[in-house]
Amino acid sequence: MTKIVVVTSGKGGVGKTTTSAALATGLALRGFKTTVIDFDVGLRNLDLIMGCERRVVYDLVNVISGDANIKQALIKDKKVDNLFILPASQTRDKDALTIEGVEGVLNALRDDMQMDYIICDSPAGIEKGALMAAYFADEAVVVTNPEVSSVRDSDRIIGILASKTRHAELGDGDIPSRLLLTRYSPERVENGQMLSVEDVQEILAIELLGVIPESQAVLNASNSGSPVILDTDSDAGQAYSDAVARFLGDQLPHRFLTTNKKGLFGRLFGG
Amino acid sequence: MSIFSYLLPKRQNTASVAKERLQIIVARERSTRGGPDYLPQLQEELLQVVRKYVPVDQDAVNVQMDRESGCEILELNITLPEA
Repeated sequence: MTKIVVVTSGKGGVGKTTTSAALATGLALRGFKTTVIDFDVGLRNLDLIMGCERRVVYDLVNVISGDANIKQALIKDKKVDNLFILPASQTRDKDALTIEGVEGVLNALRDDMQMDYIICDSPAGIEKGALMAAYFADEAVVVTNPEVSSVRDSDRIIGILASKTRHAELGDGDIPSRLLLTRYSPERVENGQMLSVEDVQEILAIELLGVIPESQAVLNASNSGSPVILDTDSDAGQAYSDAVARFLGDQLPHRFLTTNKKGLFGRLFGG
Repeated sequence: MSIFSYLLPKRQNTASVAKERLQIIVARERSTRGGPDYLPQLQEELLQVVRKYVPVDQDAVNVQMDRESGCEILELNITLPEA
């Protein structure tokens, strides 16, 4: 059975696309046939993060409007088997996205392409693109930074997920929504300068999928167009790997939540 | 962090301020979630009317819409200050 997952946040710049790329890649690495769709029509970026920006021919809107079929538009990832990318259109505006059109694309991915997972990378905001990305979702990953505006926007998105998805409209109840806390700095938390994972969880009151530490590896990954989860030596890559395992039902302890305690020398002169 | 941070007074814990502010604003926004669009304005106007007679806080007037077996219940809760 195909599962549709929306990666959303409300606020921009918190790591939705990084997370979509990592989650899709992680699922494909485990053998699940996975497509990741960029819903940010007009501001396409998933192609850059996935490193396939020069191979884009057709996009989501082309498929909706019938200019191309799903097979022509899907970009097969070169590094990971079972992984496909459906880029957003760079030129048309968001009105090109319609419920029927999006449903048609998702049905084609499910029935014709036999996908196990479809990851919908939502644009920021609560406008049409974000609503379209969320509408057909069976599950949601809410990406949040430990920062007031991001947490507030996430709470708003959680409210929208509870009322504006197809499952909600059909009366199936809320879709499972899980929190992914990104750009986490244990040192700043210990100094009382950053909301802790417990604080954010207490406010948002949803299950915790993972905590991704603030890491240079994320910028390195986007610089080179290779999802950070493939950087298996990095803290962020390992944290995303853990999150994918938890997404699939494994029980793993959360890592990278505390600082390595420094010795006296480090405490006197450390940065 | 260097040796100076041990000599200088501790910086303010801004994380706890953030948490407190978030808890308040999120609770307020949740209370109007899913209700009709006019609720915030209704709440504001009721507050103005009450304030003509009694000095009350911004959050003294609470407006909520509930649905129960096909009928909607508009619940108004006005907290007056102790005399």
